[in-house]
Amino acid sequence: MTQYLILLAQKHESFRKTELEALAELERVSVDLSHHDDNVPLLYVTLDCEEDARKLIRRSILARSIFEVWGRGNSLDTLHEDVKQRTSHLWPKYKHVSFKFDVISYQGSRTKEEQREIIESFSYVDFDGPIRMRNPGEVFTIVEEYKYKTDLLPSTERRELKDICFGRFIACSQRDIIDQYDLKKRKYIGTTSFDAELALISSNIGLAAPGKIVYDPFAGTGTYTNLSIGSDIDGRQIRGTAKSNITANYSQYNIKSQFLDTFVCDFTHNPLRPSFRLDAIICDPPYGVREGLKVLGSRNAERYADKLPTRLENGDLSHLRPDYIPPKKPYHFDALLDDLLFFAAEHLVDNGRLCCWMPTANEDYGERHIPMHPDLNLISNCVQEFSKWSRRLLTYKRRPRGCTTSLRPTAKSGRVYKEQFRDKYFRGFAKAKDHESVEWTEKSL
Amino acid sequence: MKLLTANFVQCTVKACGSSPDCFPLHFDQQIPDLPLELVHEDVDFSPEFICNILPRIEWAALLTTAGELGNTQLPDAKPEIENPHAQENEQLLRDLHTLLLETQIIQGSMRCANCGHIYFIRDSIPNFLLPGHLVQ
Repeated sequence: MTQYLILLAQKHESFRKTELEALAELERVSVDLSHHDDNVPLLYVTLDCEEDARKLIRRSILARSIFEVWGRGNSLDTLHEDVKQRTSHLWPKYKHVSFKFDVISYQGSRTKEEQREIIESFSYVDFDGPIRMRNPGEVFTIVEEYKYKTDLLPSTERRELKDICFGRFIACSQRDIIDQYDLKKRKYIGTTSFDAELALISSNIGLAAPGKIVYDPFAGTGTYTNLSIGSDIDGRQIRGTAKSNITANYSQYNIKSQFLDTFVCDFTHNPLRPSFRLDAIICDPPYGVREGLKVLGSRNAERYADKLPTRLENGDLSHLRPDYIPPKKPYHFDALLDDLLFFAAEHLVDNGRLCCWMPTANEDYGERHIPMHPDLNLISNCVQEFSKWSRRLLTYKRRPRGCTTSLRPTAKSGRVYKEQFRDKYFRGFAKAKDHESVEWTEKSL
Repeated sequence: MKLLTANFVQCTVKACGSSPDCFPLHFDQQIPDLPLELVHEDVDFSPEFICNILPRIEWAALLTTAGELGNTQLPDAKPEIENPHAQENEQLLRDLHTLLLETQIIQGSMRCANCGHIYFIRDSIPNFLLPGHLVQ
């Protein structure tokens, strides 16, 4: 058992632990992350071996790098003591390799001279190998974290060391691929294309991996990675144009082989057969703000009450024409989430994951807003906050079939849906007047 | 649409859901305006993926679909492959790969044997949206 230090990106803090836990499950690495603190970018973990350290981090987006810890302290002196005590037996092993030293500081900084002083204070490890700034055999790093102090204090008083660690660099994450998938450089995007970084994080949290079948029911102009099936009610987005379409994106990233298929369908009339099992469902459902939330059906239900196809004046059946556009009606976002959970419970393999984004208004958010299903365990709820609203990545795990559940099954029929997120959004999240709050019932859907 | 996908989809009309005839959808009757068109499209070979997908394939339905599209070479029973990298399995896995992942249905139509509704495939993308009179 060895102690390792993971440097985390200072972004999307509430997603960091969930992503690492998912990667640990995917890579079968046993690790305890229960002490992770969203406010601290340094995470100390205990792992079996260096191989596990590499595996844990190789697909990560929110971790930056991982180090084998050689010592730790709350001052330079205590750090040196710890290094000497813990790792003197390791020094001869690295005596002749090429190396360099790095200093990384959080919430503080050191001048070049101070950095050199610190590095030279480690001279007792007695490395004789050549110092190489480019492609060294080993990188030894001093990572310091300072206590947070306000910028108003003079710089000399601001600096108070909280934690200092000395470690040997093991591996980098794949954080640099965010750039490669940057939306600005993507060939085919739409009005609601998803931020590349969060899309990659969602794929990690959904345990997408080569060979698995991942389904995105609201694909729009792209799907999440790894052998995906995508579908959308809007055929225009799925098709794109001859040069600019989903296949063009997959070709651009040279991952065309990971892309399985797309089709046009309405989620409430899904063609996937009930016995077909998916490894994961990862999606960003339409909130109804930038894109209207519509499903098949007619606002005027009586029009099709006779269940007969519509004939055109020339006697042709209208729905057989190539330019036929089926009637659609508005739908409630919460009803769609319920449908999504039912669908996931039916189609996911045991322990398969559903990752779905959901918007919430900050003023009145509560646990009760999270949709639940007796066959799905909510395993994480990560938040990305905006000023008046947030979006949450909800992750559920399919309970193994055949297990008895203690939860009461939720019956969808008869549920009353309250105000929609879109109504709050367009009201600017101000309080609703009584007459504005409309209730949706099963009938109106 | 890849031939494999035809093995995952059924008629979306709610009333057909309980009928055994809603799956698979059939390619046996094509309409003159939209003749069936198949092309071969190269996809990187991944034996692991084929092995992972095999248990999820409804073999009888695959035989029907492949037969309607002109391939009658498949074995009658689903092959069981334990080691994706064993030499003796390679030819079979490659054949399945070509059939399932590299056969693209560019255009044509699929028919539900229960209700008779026809789903069109245009520009390789099947359309499962239903006309107003078939939506509940």
